[in-house]
Amino acid sequence: MTGAWPLPAVAAISVLQVLGVVAGGPLLVGLMRKVRCRLEGRVGPPVHQPLLDLRKLARRERTRPDQASWIFSAAPVVLVATTLVIALVAPLLATDPAFGWSADLFALVYLLLVGSVALALGALDTGTAFGGMGASRAMTIGALSEPALLVAVLALSVPARSSNVPTIVARSLAHPAWLATPQRLLSLVAFLIVIVAESGRLPVDNPSTHLELTMVHEAMVLEYSGADLALVKLGESMRLVVLLALFADLFVPWGVATAPGVGHVAVAVVAIAAKVTALGIALAVFEVAVAKLRLFRVPELTAGAFVLAVLAVVSALVVP
Amino acid sequence: MTADLLVATTLVGLVAAAAGAAAPERFRARVVSALTAAACACGLAVALDVLRSGRAAVVHTGRLLPLGGLSLALDRFGALFVAISAVVAICAMVFRLGYDGHGFSSRTASCVLPLFVTALLLVPAAASVTTFLFVWELMAVTSLLLVLVDHRRRPEVAVAAQWYAVMTQFGAAALLAGLVLLATHAGGQSFAAIASGSSGMPAWVRGTAFVLVAVGFGSKAGMVPLHVWLPRAHPEAPGPVSALMSAAMVNLGVYGIVRVGDGLLGGGPAWWWLLVMGLGALSALFGSLHAATSTDLKRLLAYSTTDNMGLVLLGVGAAGLFASTGHRSLALVALVAALLHVVFHAMFKGSLFLSASSFQQATGTRDLDRLGGLLRRMPVTGSLFLVGAGAIAALPPLCGFVSEWLLLQALLHGLPSSDPSLAIALPVGVGVLALTGGLTALTFVKAAGIGLLGRPRGTQAAEAGEVPRSMWAGAGVLATLCLVFGVAPSLVVPAVLDAARAVTASRVPGPLVRGWDVGLLGARGVLAPGLLALGLLVAVVLVAGVRSALQRAAVRRTEAWGCGREMQTARMQYTATSFGEPLTRVFEDVLTPAHDLDVSHVAESRYYVEAATFHTSLDDAFERHGYRHAASGLAWWGRLARRVPNGSVHRYLAFGLAALVVVLVVLG
Repeated sequence: MTGAWPLPAVAAISVLQVLGVVAGGPLLVGLMRKVRCRLEGRVGPPVHQPLLDLRKLARRERTRPDQASWIFSAAPVVLVATTLVIALVAPLLATDPAFGWSADLFALVYLLLVGSVALALGALDTGTAFGGMGASRAMTIGALSEPALLVAVLALSVPARSSNVPTIVARSLAHPAWLATPQRLLSLVAFLIVIVAESGRLPVDNPSTHLELTMVHEAMVLEYSGADLALVKLGESMRLVVLLALFADLFVPWGVATAPGVGHVAVAVVAIAAKVTALGIALAVFEVAVAKLRLFRVPELTAGAFVLAVLAVVSALVVP
Repeated sequence: MTADLLVATTLVGLVAAAAGAAAPERFRARVVSALTAAACACGLAVALDVLRSGRAAVVHTGRLLPLGGLSLALDRFGALFVAISAVVAICAMVFRLGYDGHGFSSRTASCVLPLFVTALLLVPAAASVTTFLFVWELMAVTSLLLVLVDHRRRPEVAVAAQWYAVMTQFGAAALLAGLVLLATHAGGQSFAAIASGSSGMPAWVRGTAFVLVAVGFGSKAGMVPLHVWLPRAHPEAPGPVSALMSAAMVNLGVYGIVRVGDGLLGGGPAWWWLLVMGLGALSALFGSLHAATSTDLKRLLAYSTTDNMGLVLLGVGAAGLFASTGHRSLALVALVAALLHVVFHAMFKGSLFLSASSFQQATGTRDLDRLGGLLRRMPVTGSLFLVGAGAIAALPPLCGFVSEWLLLQALLHGLPSSDPSLAIALPVGVGVLALTGGLTALTFVKAAGIGLLGRPRGTQAAEAGEVPRSMWAGAGVLATLCLVFGVAPSLVVPAVLDAARAVTASRVPGPLVRGWDVGLLGARGVLAPGLLALGLLVAVVLVAGVRSALQRAAVRRTEAWGCGREMQTARMQYTATSFGEPLTRVFEDVLTPAHDLDVSHVAESRYYVEAATFHTSLDDAFERHGYRHAASGLAWWGRLARRVPNGSVHRYLAFGLAALVVVLVVLG
């Protein structure tokens, strides 16, 4: 696999991946909003509305609470930057992207953690009750969902004997039977719960709430405005796309290009777009169907994901 | 040459102690710091030389100590620990120049501090049981005296020192019993004799000695359930001493377990290592949970030391388990991961403790609920604390991430396994590692976010200013090393690998890739921390550039939004207690917090409340359930024993006769 890819192809794929995640994030959020509105009997804003919002916000003035330090301004940048690095190295289109040898699943999970920590610190820096409330809640949910993700990832790495994402994807393509093993299915459920928790969707957090007592993510970003708010919104939507794309990569890898060629890459682009869109629609439909959990019930959900992931590792011992 | 330097280390340390006792108050701090740092520099030079060349530095004199003399032999494994202690101690000495803890410049403290540092440097070099126990006890007693420095002003210091004294002497007794058992069966008390004779010892001797030694060293490493002294003594010690204890002294507990278990006994059956792994996992979980709910900054750091030593023991246990089931190469990887974590933990915990002591000096408190807004008031120290917090939370590109990654790799490659002990231990280890990681992230978002960011929660924090340059320089060196080792772990990985090989006498080729990256030979994919750091840097510059290009106007400072209220006060912010409250609720069954609500009513009518006070406390479950009962049992036993000698001469004569009879029966 290594060495077969010419440099221009690798560069083109990297650019495609990054641009796809940057543009795809807001579009996916718009699509999910549209689906929810339609199911609830409303027309809803157009799918590209989040992009228009970003353009509007980027031109608005940035403000900063009077007590905040540089952390407050740095947090949105770190959030977007970590997601960009993941978008660059993850094998979203081809099994051998640029720097693919360094695309370690654990490293990607910890990069996501860097983004979450930055946002929580930015929230605490505002010196308001809401910032602290959001940060405390988000970190409590994260303290249980990050481990679940880590263990789920480990369960996936065991059969491939490597935690390198391109390797896992390439080997699951070579051995489709792996995809139906118990550890796959268990870690699939754990992974899904983590995606919902990490991206702040129902039933963990309601992204469209404006009721202070129930806010988690919204409470953290209340003080951001202008270009900073645009970055936060962009970063959050990019994280959702990256998580869904990684999920698609690991559990439904078909379509990812294993050999160079314009045709293969075109198929890969269509495949990943279709998979992420389908997952996004499914998530939106699920959101319409469920109610938000009480905050103190959320840890039960994420702890459940953690237990499922540990069970996945245990079953990885039984079914090699 | 290296042997001379080892002697020089000891002598300069003793001179520093004498200078501390003799120098006038005006120069005392500077003279003691300089001389102690010089001793550390000698120690560091020996350690680096031994690590590079692999030739042990050996010193033996028959006269200095009774029972076999002083015997020192520093191999690569010991040299790793000497190097860690020396670096931490040099930084602590630089820090000490600006530190003005209460009573810390007294004649006694200035005399004892160099002795403590010298003992820290000599423990890993000891090559016989008597030498080892001598320097070990020297280290324990001097550190106890240093904890006690401020006992006149604050009674809680005396309580903490009492706990420490009891636990460290208990540990030393276990060590003494274990090592003497080994020495008698080996027919010699030098470590070389024990190592060559250990394979022929009966299994019960080896097992008993290992358990005794693990208890003794485990209590020094803060292993649950022997950890109770650590979150009391480390916070009460003066700043530089708390850093030395938490970043250098606890390591020697790990040193001892590995030295005896892998080195002297040459590995052992699976149950030894399952025991170590189990206690390590318990320590990691318990420590991280208590760190996540602590509100005293230094107590939080101390619990996190228990947590990190737990992770190290998890790695050490996994290494032993792999070795006992025939996975030699993985055993080496796990041991390297554990030792790497010891190195990195020393760097970030040292920098965190030193910065926390700076905060304490600047604000007069270490209660997070009274801090806040320190990053704007103490920009340098605050940033250093942030770096340390990021490293301990294993955020790339800082060093904590590399060792956790390597430990995860070792556990991952042990699966799938047909061996039942591995099949149970490894998934549990992975789960513990992951859960600890999540809790640590929460802990240090709390510590940094509540302590450094937002509004100050008290006048002391509001009026704080930056500390003297030497204080942040000391913490700064360690924080810089966190970043350097995180970006380029190849600077330390080969040395750690050599140290691990030296103690296990392992001849396995590999097993780590060479060059800038970290990874296992034979497994596709590596961790490229340098590349990751570069990528992050480029991305951050790019995003920040785009933001400033889009919006050129300066950022406007505004009042934060408060639901339409005009006034925002610091009391509206979350505190460390409220930040950790959801987690306390989640783990209520384990932590069992005590709530106390006192409502007093107005005299005229019960329907009107005059005042309400709410008190919540979280104490250590092991302390409450285990130690308090043990202490009351001991007190009962003491009262009982007091009745026996009632002052009657006849009774004492009867005791004498009974003892004589017993001796005759036993000997006859």
